[in-house]
Amino acid sequence: MCENYEVAVLMKNITKRFHNIVANDRITFDVKVGEIHALLGENGAGKTTLMNILFGHYRPDEGEIYVYGRKVKISCPRDAIKLGIMMIHQHPLLVENLSVLENIALLYGIHDSLGLLLSPRKLRDKLTDMIEKYNLKIDLDAKVWQLSASQKQQVELLKALVYDSKILILDEPTSILTPIEKEWLFSFIRKMKRDGKSVIFITHKLEEAISISDRITVLRRGRVVGTLNSSETSVQELARLMIGEEGLRNERIVSIQKRADGDLDNKRIVLEVSDLSVLDDRGSPAVRGVSFEVYEGEIFGIIGVSGNGQTELVEAITGLRKVQKGRIRIDSQDVTNRGPRYIQSLGVAHIPEHRIKHGIVSELSVAENLVLKVYRKPPFCKGPYLNSKEISRWARELISEFSIVTPNEKIPVGQLSGGNIQRVIVAREVSMKPKLLIAAYPTHGLDIAATRFVREILKSEKDRGCAVLLVSNDIDEVLELCDRIAVMYEGRILKIISAEEATKEKIGLLMSGVDTIEGAQIDQHYH
Amino acid sequence: MKVLRSINITIRRREHVPRIFELLIPVCSAVVGLVVCALIFLLQGIDPIYAYSEIYRYSLGGPIQVSNVIRVMIPLILCATGLILVFRAGVWNIGAEGQILIGAIVATGVALFVLQGNTNSALFIFSMITLGFIFGGLWALIPAILKAKLDVNEIITTLMMNYIAAYILQYLVYGPWKGKKTFGFPITDEIPPQAHFPLIPGTLIHIPTLILAICSIVFVFFVMTQTTLGYEIKVFGSNPDAAKYAGISKTKVILITMFISGGLAGVAGAGEIGGVHHRLIYNPWSISANYGFTAIIVAFLARLNPIGIIPAAFLMAILIVGTRALQITFNLPVGVINVFNGSILITMVSMEFFRHYRIVIRRSE
Ligand SMILES: Nc1ncnc2c1ncn2[C@@H]1O[C@H](COP(=O)(O)OP(=O)(O)OP(=O)(O)O)[C@@H](O)[C@H]1O
Ligand SMILES: [Mg+2]
Repeated sequence: MCENYEVAVLMKNITKRFHNIVANDRITFDVKVGEIHALLGENGAGKTTLMNILFGHYRPDEGEIYVYGRKVKISCPRDAIKLGIMMIHQHPLLVENLSVLENIALLYGIHDSLGLLLSPRKLRDKLTDMIEKYNLKIDLDAKVWQLSASQKQQVELLKALVYDSKILILDEPTSILTPIEKEWLFSFIRKMKRDGKSVIFITHKLEEAISISDRITVLRRGRVVGTLNSSETSVQELARLMIGEEGLRNERIVSIQKRADGDLDNKRIVLEVSDLSVLDDRGSPAVRGVSFEVYEGEIFGIIGVSGNGQTELVEAITGLRKVQKGRIRIDSQDVTNRGPRYIQSLGVAHIPEHRIKHGIVSELSVAENLVLKVYRKPPFCKGPYLNSKEISRWARELISEFSIVTPNEKIPVGQLSGGNIQRVIVAREVSMKPKLLIAAYPTHGLDIAATRFVREILKSEKDRGCAVLLVSNDIDEVLELCDRIAVMYEGRILKIISAEEATKEKIGLLMSGVDTIEGAQIDQHYH
Repeated sequence: MKVLRSINITIRRREHVPRIFELLIPVCSAVVGLVVCALIFLLQGIDPIYAYSEIYRYSLGGPIQVSNVIRVMIPLILCATGLILVFRAGVWNIGAEGQILIGAIVATGVALFVLQGNTNSALFIFSMITLGFIFGGLWALIPAILKAKLDVNEIITTLMMNYIAAYILQYLVYGPWKGKKTFGFPITDEIPPQAHFPLIPGTLIHIPTLILAICSIVFVFFVMTQTTLGYEIKVFGSNPDAAKYAGISKTKVILITMFISGGLAGVAGAGEIGGVHHRLIYNPWSISANYGFTAIIVAFLARLNPIGIIPAAFLMAILIVGTRALQITFNLPVGVINVFNGSILITMVSMEFFRHYRIVIRRSE
């Protein structure tokens, strides 16, 4: 039926207000059949809200939606799924304790042509076919908690395939992916396009939008500021549209200077990790004998394909995970297996990888979240009493200093946009004036301006003399910021290279486990 | 020509939860509970309107009746304020009933055996209440430690410990503490008169516990809104992972909240001995009188907000007093009040669903 129409989705004059914020302001947006359409905009521009409306999570205050030419009312995700729409969220919604197969079997309305529920065997066969056809890399019997972020995303993609969705919405799908995983996702999306499906793709990365999409719609403060053909636009034009003329003028020009001060001898070691081994949730070794030091006034980068032990390494250093073997010293104090509170008290700040899970308490207010690490220190408390006035004042200060977009400091932090939640965390951690700042993927989900802002902050923390441990999977980010770069692969540090010798190619190869010097596949040593 | 239309029922998630729901949910739950009970009265062949008017007469019909209601509110408030604290921390203490008993046992023991021969009434009252608090709290610490250190499910342990407390009480009244002046009945002797809590003249309301009940509401309100402990309770209760990340001690939150909650229940138990029964009786449940379980309903009716405690406890106390009287006049089964509690709880749980979702019925062409 859909072949008769050229336009798969038309959203017309959509307006959506939350309290006194207009998240979407008369937005008109269309996606053609077989088109990949990118949705761009700064943090809080209203991208997620618009897609939540299309997927039936929210209902628009005004406006109409047409799917394949027919006017529809989508009042819940189920309606959307029936219309062939599927949305994959920034944070996958899966039952962690169930297997992949069970998670899919939980979905409502999967049945055969007769309308009968599929037997587990049939479902398994069907899924196995799809996994093969679309080259997914997941095991149906693995429990979801055992999967990497990219694999969880693939489970969500599998859901879309099972429903035979014709319109696929991806909300910032690449922010958690490594370059290789991203390439895989792009080829998957192109395959969908070839099958005549439409894909809506939300991102903050302009090059990415240009390379994958056919058309790009840019939102700014809830309004459409332009829809362009990807082949006829440029990064500069998109950036101007997104930020606006006045925004651009205010941008500071970032100069990337290579750091010359190579001698670390007269600098103090702040973090010293020696021969560290840590287990993952499954009880198998995740970090295997890692050693490195981070000096004051340097940014030390750890890069690797995610799932190579970075998460566990950071959790061990911050006291969230037990150390199996080895030592961790901060300021030459042994902190191995000490609790997070003690480690914090030594001046360690931590921007965690899992923001929603660890970083914030969604139900509590922005202000309460901003003091999560300092509430037990004066002036925020006097003895056992909280000083709410001081907390609010401090929160308002951070909100303006870090340009957190929120109506006020009293609303639950869970109502902020993804990028603004991240700003809350960054603001809180950096404002601690730490001695050691551990930042895990600090720019994930941030728009260009905010990304630049956070990178500037990392640099100024370094200049202040703070030791920064940056965990990232973005080669450009690491090359721009770090003085030394360690590449992690299968729980080990393959190599530590200084900024001067580092190149994109070298790091890329190391990340896939190939040491260029020896030219040998590192893999083989382990078997 | 008429077109056949099918009706389509869908469940939608609410975008905003209207504030009025905070009030609407408890009120609706109470109304549904009353309706369900009316049906039960009907089944028993009793005119529900007559039954409710009788409940009103026995509970609010005169000053004595009202004072009786307030007397019942005291243990309900003491237990429920403590429960708010633990429930906000996401710890499910179902053991207030047993913690009341421990408080009662300790208060009786102190009055009968420890302070024997003393004449100072204030000393009696002070030690009965303080030790009731400490031992009620210590009793609650056992499941708290098991949970904090070994991750043992506290719902099961606190529930089971109610029975342990009841058996200890029975052992004492049948054994070592059996009264010398009770003609062999399995009850203890009456505590000396100087250990009786003073009453508001002309009423049955015991003063020290009434004051403590009101203080406990203020205390919990203050803790939750003004202190770092309250902040830690909120963080731990809503996101234990973030609490760990922030360096908030799980053990500290669980132990402190459980100790206070058990302690307040223990005070309630001491109050029942000093202000009402003046001795332990062979049937433990006639002392704790289901207050520990009813307090769970009170805490939830109050939506875990200390301010809501008084109206919630007032409503439940009216029903307790009223149905006690009904049991006698109409010869109703003891379970009526439980049916009422149960239907309120079920309604509240289902209303919680409507808080987040709504059902939309549409005709589809
Ligand atoms: N449930 C909600 N309640 C109140 N305000 C909301 C809610 N959801 C979104 N908002 C507000 O609407 C605005 C748009 O948010 P939205 O999540 O759509 O932004 P976004 O473009 O996806 O940003 P990001 O790139 O940071 O994810 C924000 O100001 C946000 O605070
Ligand atoms: Mg978003």
